Amino acid sequence: MLRRLHSLPALIAALVVSFMALTGAFLSLDPAIQHFAASGTQTAGVNAAELASSVAANFPGVERIVKLASGSVIAYYSDGAGQVAATIDPQTGNSLGAYAPSPVFGFMTELHRSLFLGEGGRAVAGIGAFALVILSISGGLLLVARLGGWAKVFSAARGTFTQRLHVDIGRIAIAALLLTATTGTYMSLVNFGFISDGSGALAAFPTNVDGGKPAAIADLAALRATPLGDLRELVFPFRGDPTDVFTLTTNAGQGFVDQATGTMLSFTANNFGQSVYEAFYTLHTGQGVWWLGLLLGAAALCVPVMAASGTVIWWLRRRNLPKLNRNVAARAADTVILVGSEGNSTWGYAAALHEALTQAGHRVHTSAMNGIARDYGRARQMFILTATYGDGGPPASANRFLARLAKLETPALSFAVLGFGDRSFAHYCQFAADVETALVARGWSPFQPVGTIDRQSSQTFAQWGAATAARIGTQLHLVHTPARPRTTDLTLLTRVDYGVEVQAPTTVLRFGVAESARGGLFGLLGGRRLLRFEAGDLVGILPPGSSIPRYYSLASSSRQGFLEICVRKLQGGACSEYLHALAPGSTIEAFVKPNPNFRPASGRTPVIMIGAGTGIAPLAGFIQGNTRHRPMHLYFGGRDPHSDFLYEDAMAAWLEDTRLTRLVTAFSRIVDGAYVQDRVREDAEQIRTLVARGAQIMVCGGIDMARGAREAIDEIISPLGENALTLKAKGRYLEDVY
Amino acid sequence: MKKLVAILMLATAIVAPETAFAKDLSITAQMGPYSGRPAYLAIYVTKPDGSYDSTLWIAGQKTRFYQDLRNWFRGIAASGETIDGITGASVGSGQTLSVNVTLADALIDAGYQLHVDSAVEDGGYYPNDVVLPLSTASSGKPVSGSGYVQSLTVTM
Repeated sequence: MLRRLHSLPALIAALVVSFMALTGAFLSLDPAIQHFAASGTQTAGVNAAELASSVAANFPGVERIVKLASGSVIAYYSDGAGQVAATIDPQTGNSLGAYAPSPVFGFMTELHRSLFLGEGGRAVAGIGAFALVILSISGGLLLVARLGGWAKVFSAARGTFTQRLHVDIGRIAIAALLLTATTGTYMSLVNFGFISDGSGALAAFPTNVDGGKPAAIADLAALRATPLGDLRELVFPFRGDPTDVFTLTTNAGQGFVDQATGTMLSFTANNFGQSVYEAFYTLHTGQGVWWLGLLLGAAALCVPVMAASGTVIWWLRRRNLPKLNRNVAARAADTVILVGSEGNSTWGYAAALHEALTQAGHRVHTSAMNGIARDYGRARQMFILTATYGDGGPPASANRFLARLAKLETPALSFAVLGFGDRSFAHYCQFAADVETALVARGWSPFQPVGTIDRQSSQTFAQWGAATAARIGTQLHLVHTPARPRTTDLTLLTRVDYGVEVQAPTTVLRFGVAESARGGLFGLLGGRRLLRFEAGDLVGILPPGSSIPRYYSLASSSRQGFLEICVRKLQGGACSEYLHALAPGSTIEAFVKPNPNFRPASGRTPVIMIGAGTGIAPLAGFIQGNTRHRPMHLYFGGRDPHSDFLYEDAMAAWLEDTRLTRLVTAFSRIVDGAYVQDRVREDAEQIRTLVARGAQIMVCGGIDMARGAREAIDEIISPLGENALTLKAKGRYLEDVY
Repeated sequence: MKKLVAILMLATAIVAPETAFAKDLSITAQMGPYSGRPAYLAIYVTKPDGSYDSTLWIAGQKTRFYQDLRNWFRGIAASGETIDGITGASVGSGQTLSVNVTLADALIDAGYQLHVDSAVEDGGYYPNDVVLPLSTASSGKPVSGSGYVQSLTVTM
């Protein structure tokens, strides 16, 4: 709901708000320019009478004197041919040169206010300002929710580059944008008369004018009592009309001064509405507060970036979701489908189930597991389709599901869970089983046991559909063939083989974009975009004749100009055998999948990396990219330093140029062999110190190694009152486990 | 328009019940080229002795700028008149303002004068930008302004 409140007005208002922001940012330069133009003006020690007197002596045709918010003093006078204006040195009353308001800023102001479209344009501008209020507030709340509470608002953002850009810029600019937007909305409401700016209908002109011979201006008491600092405007009486008066506007209000007696005939102090209007006007324009103006202008420049990155995020999210026909509202549905997906492949199955149930006459509501509603008014049954992430954990679209389940108000429903996974991994469909346990603990009853789909098998899915149909007494024809991902051709550039002698054949493969994928406009647009990646992202590779990708962690970023992975040959592993058989020059089909949850946090805090075997790949990529030389400590485990010491030469070079602070190795198949977690334990003291200083721990490798490392870390940091789980919750313990 | 006539009848001190005849005036103000925001204009009538008589039209609707139309503002403040129903949009550089008003016959060829004050936010103020006699002789003849108004034509 909050996300929709954020993205819907954003998409509609993106152009208008960006336009307003850019013109506003330009206008924000005006107060600063005026400030520096006025910087030589000395206003101290001069009062309005002295100024008016010296100006009147120099400019006999003076009509009024204005002190701008920047402090510059301007005299308007008629020189016989017409009205002209000059900037005045208040100490002498002499001209500092002709004055004309900048036509460029005048043009931009009108563009900003009304787009030169009159009242309609002003309405658009006002709606734009209000949209920015909504966006700032909803965006701020989303930010808090995303980072996990108010206390963590300044913690490191996670996600793809675009998402981090959106979050990071957003939290810098949000306060200034909220201020700009609120004051802009207020000014629009004033313009349309919904709020009073405090100016009365028509202020009274004094009737008790003396009418006698005008006194010398320098002697007028009321003007003498007005320091130049308080003056805003002084309008001179018409020449030769003794019944006319001086009109004096100060910071406090407006009054009329008798030109014969020098007394203040009447003075109207600014009322509350006027004070509010002036405050909002200053806060919106920065007039007279040049640094605020520049600050607001800089924040405004963030708006187009936010609009563009926000649109990209929205579009990618939308593109990645399958189209659901007739997705009924949560409260109106009789059947609910919840989806837990990491890479969106489970959504395809959910869409097929949605379609089949709808065909069978059900009213179906499908959403992500994180989007679980509080109340499913009329629902009778629920399907949960979920993948499992990493070591039995929830996938991205379900990571808050168990917490939200506690707030559910719907009475017990009949339900079925279907898990998706790969049987060759440990904890196969573990999260699906956990979800069922959690629902049963709430008193819900499954109408059939947890089903599992191994490696996206369409056949098993159809069989599960038939079994489900029999249980719930409807016809269900579940047909879903996973869509083949859009791939790019990659050519193998080089390969370096390791580990054959220790029965762990491992190869480091370096790919470049194939010639065939480079040429033409399509290659420039599609090809290049597909191949933008960071170390730690995943590359999905489709072995010939298969539509199910296998994923490998990337050891390089696209800035290096190649794509590098480490592949261990597994017995019967179709993809690893295929890759191990590749010779340089051969071509593979692959695509990149961002893995934003496995990256070093930004900043200078130390990083402790623990990896074994091919788990070194992303860690090597992070070290390679550590050009800012933050402290990085690597614990690497292999079998034999003479056979499978991956990246041996590179690590020596990284130690040399301090991209890598310290390297600790463990080899298991040598005399006095040890595992990497043993080395971690030996360094307990140092690791504890690093963690106490805020270090982040990153673990990559097989499940057994990861478990060993976790136990070792738990022991080491328990004196700090922490463990791997508590660090994980803070984003300081990251695992990429296979 | 009926409402406007009614207000003018009320507002114009000289209009007596026996004034059976009224004249339709078409006023056209051509704005000169200038840089800045749309101008505020006050179109009003003064008596033969030069004192304020009545307001015909105000271009611009934010009351906080009205005092910048100096001569008119002084006059209307003393008269206690209101300007309900005789205001419209401000007029930008190069634009033309056309207003039709109805005036009592007694004001024509009787020494009354029509004035225009003009003012622009953050710009100049021109009290008596244009002054011309309310006479049948001047009907249809453009009169130059000294400020933002390039020329003013009153047709009876």
